[in-house]
Order: sequence, then structure tokens, then C-alpha cells
Amino acid sequence: MNFELSQEEQPSVIHGPPAGSLVIDVRGLNFFYGKTQALFDVDLPVARNHITALIGPSGCGKSTLLRTLNRIYDLYPNQRAEGQILFNGEDVLSGKGSDDASDGSQRVNGDTSRLRARVGMVFQRPTPFPMSIYDNIAFGVRLHRKVSKADMDVIVERALTRSALWDEVKDKLNQSGLGLSGGQQQRLCVARGIAVEPDVLLLDEPASALDPLSTAKLETALVELKDTFSIVIVTHNLQQAARISDYTAFMLMGRMIEFRASTDAFVSPETQAMRDYVTGRFG
Amino acid sequence: MTAPDKTLTTPTQTPNRFERDTRRKIINMVFVVLATGATAFAVGALLLILYSLVVNGLGGINLAVFTMDQPPPGEVGGLRNAILGSIIMCTMGMALAVVVGILSGTWLAEYGDGSRIASTVRFLNDVLLSAPSILVGLFVYEMLVRPFHGFSALAGAVALAFLATPVVTRTTEDILRLQSGALREAGMALGANRGFVIRTIIWRASQSGLVTGALLGFARISGETAPLLFTSLGNPFQSFRLDQPMAALPTTIFQFALSAYDDWRRLAWVGALLIATTVLAINILGRVLTRGSTHK
Repeated sequence: MNFELSQEEQPSVIHGPPAGSLVIDVRGLNFFYGKTQALFDVDLPVARNHITALIGPSGCGKSTLLRTLNRIYDLYPNQRAEGQILFNGEDVLSGKGSDDASDGSQRVNGDTSRLRARVGMVFQRPTPFPMSIYDNIAFGVRLHRKVSKADMDVIVERALTRSALWDEVKDKLNQSGLGLSGGQQQRLCVARGIAVEPDVLLLDEPASALDPLSTAKLETALVELKDTFSIVIVTHNLQQAARISDYTAFMLMGRMIEFRASTDAFVSPETQAMRDYVTGRFG
Repeated sequence: MTAPDKTLTTPTQTPNRFERDTRRKIINMVFVVLATGATAFAVGALLLILYSLVVNGLGGINLAVFTMDQPPPGEVGGLRNAILGSIIMCTMGMALAVVVGILSGTWLAEYGDGSRIASTVRFLNDVLLSAPSILVGLFVYEMLVRPFHGFSALAGAVALAFLATPVVTRTTEDILRLQSGALREAGMALGANRGFVIRTIIWRASQSGLVTGALLGFARISGETAPLLFTSLGNPFQSFRLDQPMAALPTTIFQFALSAYDDWRRLAWVGALLIATTVLAINILGRVLTRGSTHK
């Protein structure tokens, strides 16, 4: 495995999208779990209204990178990120500024609650809340604005329709979300995330616990969602990345190795490491 | 050992194998017998206790037990004052214990991770969990009885709360830790703060476990005698005043069982049967509730 040594010197190969169309721009990101460094000088451009896939072998840092984008790692006191994460041009890592929600601007101002309203997340295993399907969707919306019952009905229906779940649950909105199948639960989580109308939706291996049919439904929903949202998806499934993503980022041992349009990424990878990975030589 | 041989699976090459298997089987058998014996011993003792309770107590159960207060020796009477006193003090004690226990258990599980204060609190809670109940009674005597110059139902309830709180704290912490970290993250990923996620999602997901914790605490205190002897004392008459002594089933049983009168001792058996049945019912209810939650 001599590429492990050569990786240190090798600069990452970034064929990014045009700079103007970025919703998130990660620059020189280092991440630490306590004293252990997990990300090394990572760059990641996230194009607006496109799907960006993060691929790489287990432990390469793709989930870690995803978890910095909405600062969910803040929950754990010993985790720490250094560098820049520009969200609509604003650095969300440095902003520890005032919690002034009254100005109504699009800025996040270091308020993680506002950041997370703009950058939603879906997890590896479905995480329905112990409440009705309707309330699962309404939960996030109610956190950020006051909505009348009639408006909420519309929001819930729209979110469920866009996540391709409406037809399956429209007659049992008052039943517990825990009663749905795994695939339905995962689409419920997608609906819950998009009901808040974020700019970006982060997905951490959302299909790894699903059967092929549920996976297909989820993928179809995601592809349709990119008209409205920008999507970043971590996946172990290379076919899935090739099927649905516009851009692919390949990571290895905490470093960004190669980033390019997905149409090229799986046909003509530039680095030896990515070539080995996508052809199944390791990973 | 010689060099590892990949073909060790054929019996001819492992002459010791039969012997080793036999030894393993014998050891296994010995431990199965020991464990079964110990279980049979414990269950047998429990059945004997239940048997004597039913034999001696069941005959004495009649309407008067529930409708009349405790009698002077030789007259007809019941246990109404003791039953109601027990219900009142246990309910008050549980109300205190549930509030304090769920809050402290939540703090230990959700906020105190890895901190020195949390491990100290957890250790002290475990100590309290097994503290002799008579010490709790003496402590409350010094705190609430002596300063106010009188035994009271309130002091009794506080003493019971001291016993139930550690149980509720412990089960609350254990139950909340069972909830996946992803559920907490999912709530916060929508922009909710930690306290809101705990109140609206985590507690709700743990509902049946929290109820079970409270029921276990209730079962723990409903038969306690020692902490009540120095606090609520007991009262031969029906009383609803919290600043006055109040009767309770365990103290009444204690008093009647030691007496020289046959009818009092019969009532003591009836009281003991009532407590045992209640505790058994509560434990079964707790089991049913937790089983319901794992099936979801």
C-alpha cells in the first residue's frame, strides 16, 4: 500500500463548478476529535441546486466533513473545526456573533439554530420522532415560525409530496411515525428536513439501511428535490453516487483527493487512488 | 504447540479433543445444576412467604377491613385509616421523588457526561439506593420532626421520597441512555436547542420506561416501615392532616403483629397480604409496560 506514503505530498485535484454558483464553500478545513485530527486541509465546493456526493473508504472522513456543514458536531465538547466554511459567503465557523434574529436578514450570525434551519440533515438510520406523521413534519417548522393550522396542512402535504411519501400516508397522518416501514421513515425524515425550507440538505448514507426498492424511491425523490435544494450526500454505494450526483468528491484518510463532475469521476479519475477505489481495488 | 496446522479439523489429528469436550460438558452441567438450584431455592422461599401470607391473610379479608378504622383489642374493626394513610404518604412521596428523580436522572444522562460532578452524584445516588431505610428515617426525624416538635404525615412523605428518588434517578438515567444519539442529533439538526429536544422528543420516546421507574420507586416505598416509625409515627384514628401523625399499613402491621391480641394479629396478616399483592401488581404492570415499549 505505498500510496499511503505518497498521499502526504499529493495536492488535491479540484475541478470545481464555477465559483459564482456555490452555496457552501469549504476552505482549508481541519477537524479534531479531541487530539486526533480527522480532516486535513479539506476543500469542498458545493454547487447550488446540484447533488454533490462524498465517497471514499470507511473512516476517510466523509461523514465528519458532512457533520461540520451544519455544525452538528457542536454537541460534543471535545470536537473542534478549524478553517473556513462559507455558507452563502458567510463564514459559519468564525461567527460567534450576536443572536439577533430580529433583523430578518439571511445571515446566520453564528447562531447554530438558524444555520441548521438553512442546512437540514438526514441520518444513516431513520430517526422518526415519537409522534404522529403530521407532527413529525410540523416539529421543525414550528421551531422557526408561527404557522396557522391551515398553512401547516399545506406545508405538511407539500413536504410529503416532494419526498414521494404523500400517497402512502395521506390517510394516516395522525398515526405514529414509528409505525412506518424503514424506507417510509427515511422519506419522512427527508420531508421533515425540507419542510423547514432549507437551502441545503445533508444526507449521511441515507440508503444504507434500506432495501433496493426503497432506495430507488428515495433516489428518485432526491433527484427531483435538487431543483429546489442543494444536496450533499455521503454514500458507500458508488453506483448510487454515479446515478444521482452531479459532482463527486473522493476522500482518503481525512484528505480531499479528487473533486470533479460525476460524469468524469467514474470514467477517467485523475489520481491513482481514486482510480483504484472506483474500480474496486480497495475500499 | 507445534507449528499451526490448517487441517486440524479432522478428529484423528486431535486426540485430546474428545477428552476436552467431555470436561467442558461436565463443567457446564455442574454450573447448570448450581444455577438451577439457586433459582429454585430463591423462588421456593418466595412461594413459601406468599403461601403463608395467603393462608393467614385471605380468611381475614372482608368489607370491614376497607370501611372501618383500626379497632381497640377485642372489637370489630378494619384497616381503613392505615390504607388511606399509606396511599396519601406514598403518593406525596412519589410526587416529590418523580420530579427530583426524573430531573436529576435527565441531567446525569444528558448533561453530566464525563464530568466529575456527575460521577460523584451518580456514586452518591447509588449509595442512597442501598442506604438502610432506618437511617433515612432518623435523618428526616432530625430535619423535620424535632425542629417542629411533632411527628407528621409530611415528614413521613419526605422520608419515603428520600427512598424512592434514587430509584427513579437511576432508572431515568438508564432509560434515557438507551435512546440513540441520532435521535437527539435529528432534533437539533432541525434547529431545536438541547433542552427542547429532551422535553419534546427524548422524554416522549422514553415514556414507558419513565413510568416503569416511577412504579418501581412506588413498589420500593409502599412496604417501608422503618422510615415511618420516626416520622409519621402512626395514628389509631383516621387523619387527613399533614402536620399530624398519620397511620400507614406497614407501621400498623408492625404494631399489630407484635401485639398479644389474636384479632390484631389477624389484621396484621391481612395488611401484609394487601401490601404484597399491591407490590406484585405494580411490578407486573411495570414489566408489561416495558415489554410494550420494546415491541415498537
